[in-house]
Amino acid sequence: MDKQLLSGTTAIGEAAIQAGCKFYFGYPITPQNALPEYMSGRLVEIPGGVFLQAESEVGAINMVMGASAVGERVMTSSSSPGISLKQEGISYMAGQELPAVIVNVSRGGPGLGSIYPAQSDYFQSTRGGGHGDYRTIVLAPASVQELADMTAAAFDLAEHYRTPVLVLADGVLAQMMEPVKISSRKRKKAASKEYELTGAKGRPSKAIHSFRMDPKDQEDHNWKLMRKYKRIEQREVSCETFLMDDAEMAVVAYGTAARIAKGALKRLRKEKLKVGLIRPKTLWPFPTELIKEISKRVNDFLVFEMSAGQMIEDVKLALEGKGTIHFYGRPGGVIPAPIELYRIISRHYYQAKRKQKK
Amino acid sequence: MKGSIKIKKELCKGCTFCMTFCPKQCIVLSEKLNKKGYLVAEFDGDKGCTGCATCGLMCPEIAIEVYRG
Amino acid sequence: MKKVFERPEALHHAPFHYCPGCGHSIIHRLIAQVIDEKKLRDKTICSLGVGCAVVAYNYFDVDLIEAPHGRAAAVATGVKRARPKHIVFSYQGDGDLAAIGTAETFHAANRGEHFTAFFVNNAVYGMTGGQMAPTTLIGQKTTTSPFGRQHEIAGYPLKFSEVLAQLEGTSYIERVAVNSPAQVRKAKKAIEKAFKHQQKKTGFSMVEFLSPCPTNWRMGTIDSCKWIDDVMQKEYPLGVIKEKKC
Repeated sequence: MDKQLLSGTTAIGEAAIQAGCKFYFGYPITPQNALPEYMSGRLVEIPGGVFLQAESEVGAINMVMGASAVGERVMTSSSSPGISLKQEGISYMAGQELPAVIVNVSRGGPGLGSIYPAQSDYFQSTRGGGHGDYRTIVLAPASVQELADMTAAAFDLAEHYRTPVLVLADGVLAQMMEPVKISSRKRKKAASKEYELTGAKGRPSKAIHSFRMDPKDQEDHNWKLMRKYKRIEQREVSCETFLMDDAEMAVVAYGTAARIAKGALKRLRKEKLKVGLIRPKTLWPFPTELIKEISKRVNDFLVFEMSAGQMIEDVKLALEGKGTIHFYGRPGGVIPAPIELYRIISRHYYQAKRKQKK
Repeated sequence: MKGSIKIKKELCKGCTFCMTFCPKQCIVLSEKLNKKGYLVAEFDGDKGCTGCATCGLMCPEIAIEVYRG
Repeated sequence: MKKVFERPEALHHAPFHYCPGCGHSIIHRLIAQVIDEKKLRDKTICSLGVGCAVVAYNYFDVDLIEAPHGRAAAVATGVKRARPKHIVFSYQGDGDLAAIGTAETFHAANRGEHFTAFFVNNAVYGMTGGQMAPTTLIGQKTTTSPFGRQHEIAGYPLKFSEVLAQLEGTSYIERVAVNSPAQVRKAKKAIEKAFKHQQKKTGFSMVEFLSPCPTNWRMGTIDSCKWIDDVMQKEYPLGVIKEKKC
């Protein structure tokens, strides 16, 4: 496929289809409505494709569960309040070890919040947000190309590890239009489909369930899940570093915030301020080791989020008390301009320099 | 038609459906407990069982096998 | 003499954990018998609700997915949309299907999803210890309506089969009971008919079973069967509530 100018939602939808996703269950919620709308037209063209607008986000995630249980690649999408509704289903699928791709085009919250883009679902994405001892892989795209690439990768990851995968986008990324290349991918051979329900022909019946009557059984299962999450932590961390080679201060930001940060860095570097960017591309597993490594030569970290501060906790955990953490956040759906961030960063930078001189 | 039944007494929970609905009153409640502590159903073969299988139909535990011949 | 009645093959050999006189056991067996007789085991998938029957995967010998409480209709929708040639049935109690699952059940029915819902109505929340259900009768004492259900506080018994029958997407809805031999035979026929409607793709099919719950009704097993005849049936009349041509 050639490069096309596509919106974020179209890129997500088309990338999913090229990755072999034939089933989409969703529900309208701003700012991701263009995605179910796109899928409703596009899936008709795919043999065996099914688009269904469910009665709620709750219905949609459970339909995902059903289609996943029979071995299909299936996706749902929503925005923050709707993702809250899906938490029960996501927790169940983590416990059932069923693959699924869930796209969150996040907006301001809590509650109905604002329809403008925010990054206040970091906790929801990386700390549950449903109940029980589980994790979901969280991918954080920062461009329309990454929306496409990470959506496609999400299906492979979900299937390989038999776990729900969250693609955490926001309203800016979903609405913007950028040139993007979406290649049709040969579907990677699935790790194992032994769970797939096909009708018990010529074999004992299979049951997919997350309930275990005996707490020792549940404990065994919990440790099994933890071992899986450990493997994911060892293998799937992804992070970009930008202008970090000589950096004396590191901005830590993801998604749209990282793009704003890159704009701020341009100005900062013009003025010879040695600031770089650490851009996590997986929020879980978080690039803890990389940040730890960088903290050996960089003392000041400025965490920038379009929220009241959530990822900052993971940065603090990674630093284990070393270094100095600064924070700048704009919650509620407000998108700061690069020049605003540039002023904040340079202020912190000069203050840090003065402290060092003392 | 002559009939006969076999009751798996360790599955029986003494619900008495079988003996209540048996048209010939062929089934009675025993005086001995099974391992789970239930008084179980017992077949009285002399009451003229026809093998109608109403007992099997009503037994929730599928504890009854019915024979006819 | 030859054997004329024995355990169906579509049930695992595990002894049921249900209470003495519980309707679940009979209903499980009837569904398994129909699966055996129509040779459906190889292409049947069950979407299971949460209640006393949450461990029904220990009993039904068919491929099965446990749904979150109330969501079995949505999970069944996902399964059937992905596998339209399979026989898909959901199995839920009254709380699962008609309280927490109201939206999922209603909209699956409205869309005319081609799966069969088995609705076990015992007018109470069994597994959790006997709390009030939407189907609890006026005056019926439960652990959360200790003075008897009063409509001023808790509304009226919900006749969900009648509600769903009004939707164009539903094609076959029948209410049966499992409290006497005649009713049990009718119940089995209703299961057969429901699967037939599914195979003919006429729309959403459902069988509601009035089921005894001696433990939470605080009655003996035979008295529970009588209570269904004398009291419950008056609120929930038995028979075909809706049937489109098949």
